Amino acid sequence: MLEVESLAVSYGAIKALHGIGLRVGRGEIVTLIGSNGAGKSTTLRAISGLVRPAAGSKIVYDGTSIASRPPHEIVRMGLVQSPEGRGVFPNMTVEENLELGAYVRSDRDGIDADREKALSLFPRLKERFRQSAGTLSGGEQQMLAMARALMARPRLLLLDEPSLGLAPQIVQVIFRIIREINAGGTTILLVEQNAHMALKVAHRAYVLEVGRIVMEGPAAELAASDQVKNAYMGRHA
Amino acid sequence: MAWSLSSRASQLGPPAAWSLVRGVLPFLACVAVAILAQVILKPFLITTLGWDFAAKMIVDVGINIVLAVSLTLVNGFTGQFSIGHAAFMAVGGYTAAAIVYYGSYRIAGNPDLAGGVLSSMLVGREAPWFTPHDLLFLVAMLAGGVVAALCGYLVGLPSLRLKGDYLAIVTLGFGEIVRVLIQSQTGDVLYDPEEIAQTPAWKLAGSLGGSLGFSGLPFYTSFFWVYLLVLVTLLLAWRIKNSSYGRALISIREDEIASEAMGVDTTRFKIRAFVLSAFLAGCAGALFAHTVGVQLNAAELGFVKSFDIIIMVVLGGLGSISGAVIAAIILTILPEALRGVAEYRMVAYAVALIVMMLVRPKGLLGVHEVWERAAWDWLLGASKRKGAGR
Repeated sequence: MLEVESLAVSYGAIKALHGIGLRVGRGEIVTLIGSNGAGKSTTLRAISGLVRPAAGSKIVYDGTSIASRPPHEIVRMGLVQSPEGRGVFPNMTVEENLELGAYVRSDRDGIDADREKALSLFPRLKERFRQSAGTLSGGEQQMLAMARALMARPRLLLLDEPSLGLAPQIVQVIFRIIREINAGGTTILLVEQNAHMALKVAHRAYVLEVGRIVMEGPAAELAASDQVKNAYMGRHA
Repeated sequence: MAWSLSSRASQLGPPAAWSLVRGVLPFLACVAVAILAQVILKPFLITTLGWDFAAKMIVDVGINIVLAVSLTLVNGFTGQFSIGHAAFMAVGGYTAAAIVYYGSYRIAGNPDLAGGVLSSMLVGREAPWFTPHDLLFLVAMLAGGVVAALCGYLVGLPSLRLKGDYLAIVTLGFGEIVRVLIQSQTGDVLYDPEEIAQTPAWKLAGSLGGSLGFSGLPFYTSFFWVYLLVLVTLLLAWRIKNSSYGRALISIREDEIASEAMGVDTTRFKIRAFVLSAFLAGCAGALFAHTVGVQLNAAELGFVKSFDIIIMVVLGGLGSISGAVIAAIILTILPEALRGVAEYRMVAYAVALIVMMLVRPKGLLGVHEVWERAAWDWLLGASKRKGAGR
């Protein structure tokens, strides 16, 4: 569904990505793990068009090259990102945030149906429906960011650090919902620092280190490898 | 805007004709109210009460409302900090002035006021309901808006790459360029009918008075024109705020990255905000140029004027239409009301602003409208709850 090859991104003189490659198949949850500054968010941003990849980078989505296409065109193709740090619109209500999620759509009935679906997935948002997003708790904001991304009816959903700064209990809930979303037929590319949780829900995984992919394989395999355990799961085996 | 709202209404069920009526009817109501203001309020204030000065203030307030609300589209909704708004006013004002002044010469051989009842603040003057000069003034005002909108497009372009302070500096620079160009690069205003008749139009367009200002303009600006523009501006702003179009603009202010990630073409929306805002400011400039007691001069439309408008928008609350309106009313009247304390007037004005911003750092109403409960929570002490103020 998504194929990335020799993707390179620079911020000025600093190279954030040194030509990485990854593949996401239809129906999968693929996770990209790595420490701070490894280039995980940059990878997602390049895929969804928020940063411009270097010349020669290849990003093919559903058979179409989307490298350096503007983000609004990419969203219309069903590739939607829920940005890092949640990025909800703080002065808008939950309702308005969801409405904006469906910005690229015009099928009123479908939007209303999807809103109901999103609210049943995140019942907490229903309670907060007319509240300003800025007044929600961190976990609720993360739920809203994900629900908002779902409103665009993505076929491939990019999640950037959904567990960032959340209490362990909420993290559990978020990951359960990620599974549910995937079970509903949405392919997911998940970027995480919480390697433990990410490898639990994902089918396959890539490990990113200072702008390079250093390991890849089935999630369970990576979770069992000593290298990953030592580096990312805080377990000294 | 209007059409996106009505197109959505038609999807919801009511027949297309009805949504067309709902789209157009409010604009007709604006015209009706503006006519009433002119034919009833104006003679009542001036003839019956003798409040000439109040009438003049009402015109000034109206023009400032248009300027503040139009700037709200860019600074308030879209979150782009533009501080060159007076330049759009100048561009619109001079464009309209040239059309009205030289147009009047071409039509009538003199620049005198020849409008109908709706186009004058004079009372006791025999005038028909409508004259071709009214149309000339309308065309001039719209042309002023269109030329200003073109400039808005040009200023909007850098906003795609620049943010915050950097964009502010570019808009400030644009404002100064406009002012200096008009002051130094335009020739004297012509007043000999024969000379004007023989001078080609492009040359007339350069005869705008330079640093002396554009003198001799007829005073077409009236309650009718001002409040027609005020009401249309408010209606547009209100519809934008409550449409998916407006939500897209506001999402850029709230979080530009997230907005892009949701598929909003932020480039196009920022430019559109600049263009529409500049159009309205250009129209307001046209009205300003033809106001009784105003001698159009670019020197008065520099960054000081731009800051006056910004203060209105910030004080009212960035993103609040009614806040901008209230602030425009207060800040237009306050300096006049303070004339009693003579030389300390501007000091008192500045102190009032500082106190205001200390008490309400997010402006009078924040992003809310005056009738929304959230706008008043601070009075009830609810703003002490964390984050509730915003």
